[in-house]
Formats: sequence, C-alpha cells, structure tokens
Amino acid sequence: MALAKMKADATAARLADVSLPDGAAWANAARASAMDRVRQMGLPTKRDEYWKYTDPSTLTATEAAQAALFHNDEGPLFDAVDRLRIVFVDGVFDAEASDDLTGEGMEITRLSDAMATDIHWAKDLYGVLEARGQQPVERTLAALNTAMATDGVVIRATGKVSKPINLIYLHQDVTSDAVLHNLVKVESGAEVTLVETGPAAARFSKLLEVEVADGGAFHHVRAQGRDHERRAVTHCFARVGAEAVFKSFTLTFNGVLTRNECVLEIVGDNATAHVAGACVGDGRDFHHDDTVFVTHDAVNCESRQVFKKVLRNGATGVFQGKILVKEGAQKTDGYQISQSLLLDDDSQFLAKPELEIYADDVACSHGSTSGAIDEDALFYLRSRGVLPDDARNLLTLAFLAEALEEIDNEALADDLRDRLEGWLTRHR
Amino acid sequence: MLEIKNLSVALEEEDKQILKGVDLTIEPGSVHAIMGPNGSGKSTLSYVLSGKDGYEVTDGTATLEGADLLDMEPEERAAAGLFLAFQYPVEIPGVGNMTFLRTAVNAQRKSRGEEELSAADFLKEVRAKAKSLKIDADMLKRPVNVGFSGGEKKRNEILQMAMLEPKMCVLDETDSGLDVDAMKLVAEGVNALRSEGRSFLVITHYQRLLDHIKPDVVHIMADGKIVKSGGPELALEVENNGYADILAEVA
Repeated sequence: MALAKMKADATAARLADVSLPDGAAWANAARASAMDRVRQMGLPTKRDEYWKYTDPSTLTATEAAQAALFHNDEGPLFDAVDRLRIVFVDGVFDAEASDDLTGEGMEITRLSDAMATDIHWAKDLYGVLEARGQQPVERTLAALNTAMATDGVVIRATGKVSKPINLIYLHQDVTSDAVLHNLVKVESGAEVTLVETGPAAARFSKLLEVEVADGGAFHHVRAQGRDHERRAVTHCFARVGAEAVFKSFTLTFNGVLTRNECVLEIVGDNATAHVAGACVGDGRDFHHDDTVFVTHDAVNCESRQVFKKVLRNGATGVFQGKILVKEGAQKTDGYQISQSLLLDDDSQFLAKPELEIYADDVACSHGSTSGAIDEDALFYLRSRGVLPDDARNLLTLAFLAEALEEIDNEALADDLRDRLEGWLTRHR
Repeated sequence: MLEIKNLSVALEEEDKQILKGVDLTIEPGSVHAIMGPNGSGKSTLSYVLSGKDGYEVTDGTATLEGADLLDMEPEERAAAGLFLAFQYPVEIPGVGNMTFLRTAVNAQRKSRGEEELSAADFLKEVRAKAKSLKIDADMLKRPVNVGFSGGEKKRNEILQMAMLEPKMCVLDETDSGLDVDAMKLVAEGVNALRSEGRSFLVITHYQRLLDHIKPDVVHIMADGKIVKSGGPELALEVENNGYADILAEVA
C-alpha cells in the first residue's frame, strides 16, 4: 500500500538533508536498507494508531528543539559502584573521560570502528533485530536510528563480566541532537550488566539491540536524566534464547517527552524475559510513554512487564503493552501490570494493554490501574507519628517497589531508591 | 491522663450524630474498659481521639495531660503519647514492617527532640520485643500486615505499641477475630506494658478479653453515651445477662 501523500512528503522533507555515514560495505548496506524501511513506512504522525497518545512531531522534526541544561547537584549516579564507565557527551564518545574498554570475558568496540571493519560480528546484529521488530507494528524512528547512527558501542560478552558496564550520557549543548546505536551480544553461558545513565542530549534517539544466546543472561538498568526539557525516543530490540535471562529496568525522572519502546522476542525454550519501568513526573511539561511488545515463540517461557508511574500537577503517562503468544508456545507464563499513582486530578494515565494468544496451554494475566494515595494507609502511618510528607513518600516508594524489585543488583537498586526519595522530597 | 468532656461527634458526610456527650476521665496508670452493643459509638470514640478524617466534633473537649487533642494532627497526637491499636490494622504492600516500625519510632523521637535510634540499637530492641510476642523474623521482614493472619495483625499492633511506648493506649476491639490462645498472647503483651505512667482504654464487645487484661473501671456505652460505670463486676454482669438489662435499667 502506498503511503499517504502527506506522510510521504513529510518523510521526504525530513530525509532531504540526511547523509548516511560511510563505512565497510556491510555497514553501508545495513544503513541503506534501513533508509529504505524509513521511506517505505514513513515517519509517524499522531494520526497513527501506535502514536495515538504521544505526539511524535518533535521527534520527527528536522531540527531538535533546544533543551536547557539542568544543574544536577546530586553528583554522578552509581558513583560508589565499581563499574566500567563509557562516556558520551551529547552523543559523541569521549575516550578521555571513559575507562579502558578492556576486561575479562568481554570485548567492547566503538560502533564507528566496528562498522568500518570489513569482517565483524556486528554485521549479524546491526539493524537485524530492529528490522525483525518492524512486524507487526512499524517503528520507523528505529529504522531512522539504524540509518543515521554514527556512534555507540558494540559489546560482546563471552564470559561472566565482573562489573557493570555503564554508558554515561552527558548533555552539555542545549541544541544537541544525538543518535546512538548500541549492540550487545551475550554468548552462551555468558552474563553482563549494562547500565545507562544521563539525559544524553536535547533530543536523543537511542537504539539497543541485544542478542542473548542460550543460557546467557543480560541485565539492564537505566536511569534517564533529570533535564526537564529533554526529549528522547529509545528502542530496545532483544532476542532471547533457550534458558536465557533478559531483565531490563528503566527509571525516568522528568523530561518533556520520553518514548521508550521495548520489543522482546523469546525464541528459545525455558527463557525468562522481564521488562520494567518506573517514572516520576511533575507538571504539564512531563510526558512519558512506555510501549512494549513481547512475543513468545518458544515453550515454557516466562515474561513480565511491570510499569509504574507517579504523576502530579498535570503530568501524562502512557502505557501500551502487548503479549503475543504464538502458536505452539505452550506453557507460557505471561504477566503484565501497568499502574499509575495520580497525585492530583489534573494528571492522566493512558493505558492500552493487549493480549493475543494462539496457544491453548498458557497462563497470561494483565492488569492496569490508576489510583490515588491510599488514605487509610496514610492515616495508619500518621497515627504512628510519621509526618504526612514522609508517609506519602513511603507509600509512593511502596507503590514503585514492584518495578524496582526487577533489579537484581542491590547496589544499583539502592542508589535508585535514594534518588527517588530525593525527587519525592523535592516535589511535594 | 485522658480527660473527655461532653464529647459530641457527627459524621461529616451525613448529618448523623454518633457521640452524644461522652464524659470520661482516665487516671495515670489505670485501665478502663468500654463495653457496649454494636453501633453504640465505641469505635467512633477511638477514631475521633486518634484524629481520623470524616468526623465532626460538634461539642465537648478531649485532652491528654491537659493538651487539647482535638486541635492536633494525627501524628502530633501520636507524638504526644496517644496510641490506637486498630480493630482492622491496615495492610501496606511494599513497605517492610521493620522499615515502618523504625520510621515511626524515629519520627516520634525526632518530634520530641530526642536522637534517632541507631540501626543496631533499634534492631536489638525490636527483636527482643518481637520475641515476647512470638513475632518471628519473617513477619518483621514482610510488608506491613500483608498476608498476616488476624492474630498476627493484632500482635503486630501490640509490637508497635511496645516500640512506641505511648502514655495512653486505646485498644479498639483488639480481641475481635482472635482465638483464645491468640487473645492470651495479645493480653500478655498488653499486661507487660502496664505501668504507673501508662493508661489504657480497652474497647470490647465481650468480657473474655477482660479476664486477661483486668480493668480498674468498666463503662457501658450505648447510643453515643456512657450510661453506666462500675468495677470489673460490671463486665461479668454483661457476660451473664447481656446488655438489655443494663440498658433497660438506665433508660
């Protein structure tokens, strides 16, 4: 079907001045193929069903809107945790600020280096999972990322990587428009924890492709920065093999627009795939969208989607989550919960949970709720002498707890809890 | 300790008078019991004293050691030394029992200008007190009251009381939903806290709790008022004859 003219024109206008980076033949082919996908699908508009609740116009615009720098007085996140730091400033790798990229059980290469190399494992992954993830729902901004990305890292875990790899995204230029693309390949039996922190840029497009081979384990913990005016569209495409584990958690503070898409495909038996998120937003200039698609295509696998949002003063939260159980994916255990805590009448939560099941021996459940602070619990705490603001903090953290419990690394989880408490104390 | 004069209370939502002039004076160190049929206003009295929303005081006063209770926020009443053991303790998913206890203890200490308890001191104290109430480590770790049995919830209330060391304890139907063994355990917990400087107001339907927590004074409440007061023998009279005789007698 041909694209509507308006959409085709808008897409052509956006692509007019885009020149693709040059690299090895396979890399150029991957980029060109991604560009073809963009042209064929067209950039999204808010008329698209998948963008009904989130207006993509500032993400598709040729120019990124400016975003004021946020003075963060909290110091770097996870500072006390032993980790390998890889720093990007406004989307550009900063070798001086980064640690040495070598370590036991892993290989890390800068994306641009990998894509300039004629023979590289990245060839089998770059844009491959993204392209697979374009069915049944189009994700044109992901294809655009594959076409345009110039920087990022490619990580191959061959053993148990001893410390978390922390991609630190600094934002120093109010007009920056960053496009990063990262690859992670977890080999059979290997294990790695990827941590992403920071606001990154005024506008940030980030894509992560993760292949977890049989028996591998991938842990992902992300904290999107506190800059109020930043915009971000991020995608995670993952393929999870037999007996493998995939666990991703994202914490989002502030941000005028954030759309986090996660597309998981479970292809091996007895695998586990969890994706979770917590966000806290204050004010009409906060809009956060979690869009998740989990496909079960193997036997006896477990998936969980746990999303919690705390919204106040007119903030908006969106959740679109789907579990697709393919024919033959018996003994699937799928769980999905999306909840919002609305701290006033002005804030809104828009949720679209979906289940599509083609196997007959599965257990799938989903739930979605919006609610206020439990007044009975609040009174109970106050009757024990807890001050009302502290009691509300405690109950709000309790509301978020189920999502944070998806983080296996306790040191990382503790730091995030502290930051959350700080945020809640500042936003009373 | 606690002095209630002509306390009159209506429901905020509907124009319904629940308490119609309650007078009650509880001396330091004494245990008073309030008994009465359903709907007599016993639980309302406990909620109004602790500061729950939804009630309008239309007349009267309530003071704790001379301080006006009705003018205080719930947390201020707690800091002033008032404690309500809930008839239906609230479940709080996601908040660990230990975190809750420690937050409450330290909040009260802070409001009194005392130093917060260190983690080690707190742990030591809570373990000792939990042990005497047969509350195991698992119950301390679990979210507040979530998945607790009726008896566990009530024991947890008494543990909070033991940790917070209030001056005036109000027990709202602490015996409801308890079997005899659980009731004994709760009563032992309460009795261990009895002291010269601490008073109790025990609200109950039945005399059996008062076998274990021996009151100094028993009041009968009906239709929003205290209609009769006496010694422990009044509770026995209720047990033997029900409320009807007493109510007929004072009518």
